[in-house]
Amino acid sequence: MMSKQSIIDHDGHQIYLSGSVSRREFLKRMGILGGGLVIGFCVGNPLVSARMKREGFLGAGIPKDFNAFLRIGTDERVTCLTGKIEMGQGPITSLPQMLADELDVSYDAVDIIMGDTDLCPWDAGTFGSLTTRHFGIFLREAAAEAKGVLFQMAAEQLKVPVEVLKAENGRIIVNGQPEKQITYGRLTKGKIIERVLTDLPPLKPASELTVMGKSFFRQDSRVKVTGKAEYAGDIRLPGMLYAKILRPPRHGAKLKHAEPSGAETIKGAQVVREGDFIAVLHEYPDMAEKALARVKAEFDEPRTGIDDVTIFDHLLKNAPAPRISSEAGNLDTGKGQSAITVEETYLDGYVAHAPMEPHTATARMDGKKMTVWVSTQRPYGDQERVSRELNIPKDQVRIITPFVGGGFGGKTVCHQAVEAARLAKMTGRPVQVAWNRAEEFFYDAFRPAGVVKITSGLNSKGQLVYWDYNVYFAGKRGSEPNYAIPHHRISCYADWRGPGVEAHPFAVGPWRAPANNTNVFAREMHMNLTAEKAKADPLAFRLAHLKDKRMIGVMEAVAKAFKWTPATVPSGRGYGIACGIDAGTYVASMAEVAVDKATGVVNVKRVVCAQDMGFVVNPQGSRIQMEGCITMGLGYALSEEIHFKDGKITDTNFDTYPLPRFSWVPKIETVIVDNPDLPPQGGGEPAIIVMGGVIATAIHDATGAKLLQQPMTPERVKKAIESVRG
Amino acid sequence: MTESIQFTLNGKSVKFDGDGERTLLWVLRIDFGLTGAKYGCGEGLCGSCTVLLDGEAVPSCQIAAKDVGDSQVTTIEGLESEGKLHPIQDAFVRKDALQCGFCTPGMILKAQGLLNENPNPSRQEIIDGMEDNLCRCGAHVRIVEAIESAAKAMKGGIK
Repeated sequence: MMSKQSIIDHDGHQIYLSGSVSRREFLKRMGILGGGLVIGFCVGNPLVSARMKREGFLGAGIPKDFNAFLRIGTDERVTCLTGKIEMGQGPITSLPQMLADELDVSYDAVDIIMGDTDLCPWDAGTFGSLTTRHFGIFLREAAAEAKGVLFQMAAEQLKVPVEVLKAENGRIIVNGQPEKQITYGRLTKGKIIERVLTDLPPLKPASELTVMGKSFFRQDSRVKVTGKAEYAGDIRLPGMLYAKILRPPRHGAKLKHAEPSGAETIKGAQVVREGDFIAVLHEYPDMAEKALARVKAEFDEPRTGIDDVTIFDHLLKNAPAPRISSEAGNLDTGKGQSAITVEETYLDGYVAHAPMEPHTATARMDGKKMTVWVSTQRPYGDQERVSRELNIPKDQVRIITPFVGGGFGGKTVCHQAVEAARLAKMTGRPVQVAWNRAEEFFYDAFRPAGVVKITSGLNSKGQLVYWDYNVYFAGKRGSEPNYAIPHHRISCYADWRGPGVEAHPFAVGPWRAPANNTNVFAREMHMNLTAEKAKADPLAFRLAHLKDKRMIGVMEAVAKAFKWTPATVPSGRGYGIACGIDAGTYVASMAEVAVDKATGVVNVKRVVCAQDMGFVVNPQGSRIQMEGCITMGLGYALSEEIHFKDGKITDTNFDTYPLPRFSWVPKIETVIVDNPDLPPQGGGEPAIIVMGGVIATAIHDATGAKLLQQPMTPERVKKAIESVRG
Repeated sequence: MTESIQFTLNGKSVKFDGDGERTLLWVLRIDFGLTGAKYGCGEGLCGSCTVLLDGEAVPSCQIAAKDVGDSQVTTIEGLESEGKLHPIQDAFVRKDALQCGFCTPGMILKAQGLLNENPNPSRQEIIDGMEDNLCRCGAHVRIVEAIESAAKAMKGGIK
């Protein structure tokens, strides 16, 4: 019995999520099965590369043929094809908006297939807030080119010059003679459009867009509220087995010997072994788990002596050479001009991605073809790995991405895909590997811990003239000074990848807005401490050092919405302020907190966030992402840090790793600053970068305390308050 | 040990023949093919597996199959009626109260459990009532609005 149909009714529309669309079904729907056509990508238009550059890791693999991005069905429905995936951030809605607008079809006529390596154009992965601002351009260009070709075809069919034609709602019409028209579907007859254009039409200017810029409800709401939405763990295949894999007790441990036979005392349990890779398989996942517990194993467990307290000294001792990310003037000159200097060291711990859906994959091998349904942000990356590690030709590996239950950067690496595929290949049965919460914590590639050392200097006029910023291991993104400081140097020692990662006792990786969260926390806290020395209002102090119009714009917007009134910091009001840049988007937040000085518990009462993200494709969707970022950001600011000792991750569930709850959520106001002439910028990440900074500065304003470490747990806040000299 | 457990599942009388110690979450997902209830943590700490047991919202990862004998179990699949969304489902759609959707079935059933106990909750009572359910995407603000809206729509009781 095949898995649930993924052709889902949504208010009468049909949406594919690639869950189980077979290539055959797809071709049939497109009306091109049995047509004797060559399926695949025809010769790309060399002129296309003259437009949006297809270069580098993100762009070089993106197809040139516009047919890779869209298909027009004989039923007049248009299918958007994208290698991006849907993990809650909303492209399932916004990409059809972009396609509909550029192609001049009704939004309601667009379906979308996402993250299926057999059907969709190559994509580097869904990360970096790139879906709208990078992929979106290729999609629109493909639509513009397709439409241009349709115009030519229509001109021939209708026997009129191209100039008298207009496109409207999926058809080409002769101006002034509406009876002379032809639909896209009749023009293309479901076939791949084999023409190319010599002159590429321009994209529509912002003033002509009618679908982009409007708020649309999510396309996938109905299937998600009814439980019909399929995630990788919901895929059910005949003969499928659930696998539980023997895991080491700590990072760095090596299997000495294992005695798995105990597992087979559970009826129906099957042990599979290849070297140190030992898995227990069963028809029922709970029984597989029970059986795994009966496997006896002994490990060599080296003790590193590194834990969540000693890690910072360890990292500093193992820092690689620095790279300068920004520099101006001369540090010695700046130091010389400084009447007052402020020097502090900031610490930030490791943070888990902790998506609600753990890493999951379901794999099936049919003859030579391996199909894996993966909860992933990088289907093509997974295809590459499965192919390489299991020695299967890449064109025989199909990765299908169902709905993903959260990613946040943590599903850019998906070991479980290889694990499931390996077991499917070994057993000849479909196999599902679903990590439990302890595995999810253990194998996470955490946001790297970091240290930031800042020395700032004020001249006798109270102006910030000197800024020596050194960020260790957290990363470069967002490390730029943001403020106009004449003598500054930003030095970055290691990032989440590249030289230095080996200093971490386990894997690290990209976490929502990598590095920016730590950098904004340190920078903004330090700005507040510097403003305090200058006896200044923290908003006025920041504005006095801003030259960038977009940054001034968001600061003024947030101050207006927050109803900021000037006061020197600390004012006792508990008002925080933080700003930064991420993925091309400028963001500024203000917060009001109430601090219980006896316990150190912080109540975030309200947060106002202003964001300039250029042209906004889906305003509602953008606000929802801002709210999500603000809420998620409360975690790394107040409670989230991974506890570990000697390679053991002592956090195995949410009891010791607290996520933000309903009672934590402040009153949130989101302000989108209008900037429609700028192409769309990042939306999924920017608003999270300011949360640590805005809460730290708010606590500082409330109590005068210096918050020098994230997360700002009650114990740390209490200690910081106690350190304030009366 | 194999038992025969009879209970009502989404309004229908069903029978589970198997090990009564097995966790209800997996019995629902695998034996009954109802994959709406999700595994999020396995320790009753996240709410993704929430179902209704005689109208009370419970974490199905903490319930054994044998504990539902002669009881009424409602999963997310059981809320729809003849293709029409339940008011809480409808409210979640209208208020855009979800992102990745993984916590959503649990949230909706927790909300129904809350409204079963207290059909006219204040905003604070909603927040308190939903506190045990986690959402990593941060849809909390709209979830609360959705539940407020559903409570109004369902005013006068029902379900």
